[in-house]
Amino acid sequence: MATAREYVGAPALATHGVLAHQAVAFAVMVALLALAPFIVYPVFLMKALCFALFACAFNLLIGYAGLLSFGHAAFLGSAGYVSAHVAKVWGMPPEVAILCGAAVSTVLGFAIGALAIRRQGIYFAMITLALAQLLFFFYVQAPFTGGEDGIQAVPRGVLFGLLDLRHVMTMYWVVFAIFLAGFLLIYRAIHSPFGQVLKSIRENEPRAVSLGYKVDQYKLLAFVLSAGLAGVAGGTKALVFQLASLTDVHWSMSGEVVLMTLLGGLGTVFGPVVGAFIVVTLENYLAQLGAWVTVVQGVIFVVCVLTFRRGVIGELGRLLGKPL
Amino acid sequence: MTILGIPVQALFGQLLIGLINGSFYALLSLGLAVIFGLLNIINFTHGAQYMMGAFVAYFLLHGAGLGYFASLVIAPIVVGLFGILIERTMLKQLYHLDHLYGLLLTFGLALIIQGLFRHEFGSSGLPYDIPPILTGGTNLGFMFLPRYRAWVVVFSLVTCLGTWYAIERTKLGAYLRAATENPALVQAFGINVPRMVTLTYGFGVALAALAGVLAAPIYQVNPLMGADLIIVVFAVVVIGGMGSILGSIVTGFGLGVIEGLTKVFYPEASNTVIFVIMGLVLLVRPAGLFGRER
Repeated sequence: MATAREYVGAPALATHGVLAHQAVAFAVMVALLALAPFIVYPVFLMKALCFALFACAFNLLIGYAGLLSFGHAAFLGSAGYVSAHVAKVWGMPPEVAILCGAAVSTVLGFAIGALAIRRQGIYFAMITLALAQLLFFFYVQAPFTGGEDGIQAVPRGVLFGLLDLRHVMTMYWVVFAIFLAGFLLIYRAIHSPFGQVLKSIRENEPRAVSLGYKVDQYKLLAFVLSAGLAGVAGGTKALVFQLASLTDVHWSMSGEVVLMTLLGGLGTVFGPVVGAFIVVTLENYLAQLGAWVTVVQGVIFVVCVLTFRRGVIGELGRLLGKPL
Repeated sequence: MTILGIPVQALFGQLLIGLINGSFYALLSLGLAVIFGLLNIINFTHGAQYMMGAFVAYFLLHGAGLGYFASLVIAPIVVGLFGILIERTMLKQLYHLDHLYGLLLTFGLALIIQGLFRHEFGSSGLPYDIPPILTGGTNLGFMFLPRYRAWVVVFSLVTCLGTWYAIERTKLGAYLRAATENPALVQAFGINVPRMVTLTYGFGVALAALAGVLAAPIYQVNPLMGADLIIVVFAVVVIGGMGSILGSIVTGFGLGVIEGLTKVFYPEASNTVIFVIMGLVLLVRPAGLFGRER
């Protein structure tokens, strides 16, 4: 077979500091998201922002470390359950709830990541999928998750004792801030020496090993970071919708985050955000069509893989000649 | 009569169910392993193709009046041809890319196929009767053995061993194994490797469809019958490792039996036991029980 392989994700470029065009793109994104709630239904935007953070966390793995996790719903959903439980049953404030959710996802990320990095490539995807399914069955049976009903009527509470999240706009600004913090953390990680090592592992793992990098530690750290941020997204989402349910731990959710990232652009900084907004919008319009949603998702997968591997932002970046 | 406080009837009953599930695990993981060996693609559509096998059997019965045994031959051919079409039109374009794209493409195809069938037939199962000659059963004294279930176990075992023989002991199988090791060299010897790749994919898919026909009378014909099953089969493949044909068969049947026994002794864990075993195997033997590092 052919020797030259096209890698999943963007080419590794030596990037130092903040690139000017990326700063512009970032400013545009912030401006759009700050204006959007005055035009679009805020709950819809909050949903999209939670998924955008989720997709960005996922992209850290696939786009930069070349690791395809097919079980990322486990982190989103687990954090959702934990945050909902902490907020509702323990009556804790929202910041504690989200942090607890993220903490549990981080620990789970460590456990699942440590097992999954023992194999590479396709096996890695199968192992993460299988372990996420294990968690799914656990949540189906565990009493605290409420089974098919999920945890409903989760109180949003008052953030830091100051911000009453029952007001939808307050909730929006908080979700917006959480998203930006996560986004910037990922941006920082990608553009740090750590991020450069991840890219080198993606492109040539044996060579990274021979250069003396402890590849497994880098992969595991990336996995844990990704799982933790997915957990932040999951905990926030549970508070926004006041609901934690089995949908968020099901394998189809793991597929959705892959779809968002693929459509937006694997290994691009802004791609997952754009992808998440497109997919969430699509699902909003297709919701009443039932089984057609999966068909449309499948078609997007096939079209993206066959003809549109760079994704929306990847193609845009190529047209502009600048990585976005 | 009881063993360890469990009635013998229940124990052997679950053992038999375990063997049946194991038959499906073995057939499906065998197909995945054969495809992966040559194409380096994990066929996520496998579960959907298994489901299609069952549906083709259902259509043949209700549309053309063709019974179970005809379906056992026709359904794998039809679905296998469908697989060949997919390989020729889509998978072929991905061989020079990262293997993960193959996984993503076949995942998308699985979503499309399952979505279309669900749209058309809903989520509830369609009944498919056991053929008259295989109805009834035999009382073995310690348990009642339904004839159809015995047939499933024996038939899939024969199919698995036949596949093993074809790959490990025939000339064609030798070409296949050689192409798995080094496709460029095999092609240089004048063997049409691209055609072999196509036929191999078709064959792996046909095995999945065959499993679907076998499953139709037991589990009913349901658009989502393969959706969760494929994840368990992935775990089976990770446990066994995909390096060995015989390994896939042994792991498939073995895990089916273990799952069946778990249903007897600790039913809460029966859904998860295979995943837990996968975790343990990864800790002890990351390459899988019969696998090689690659």
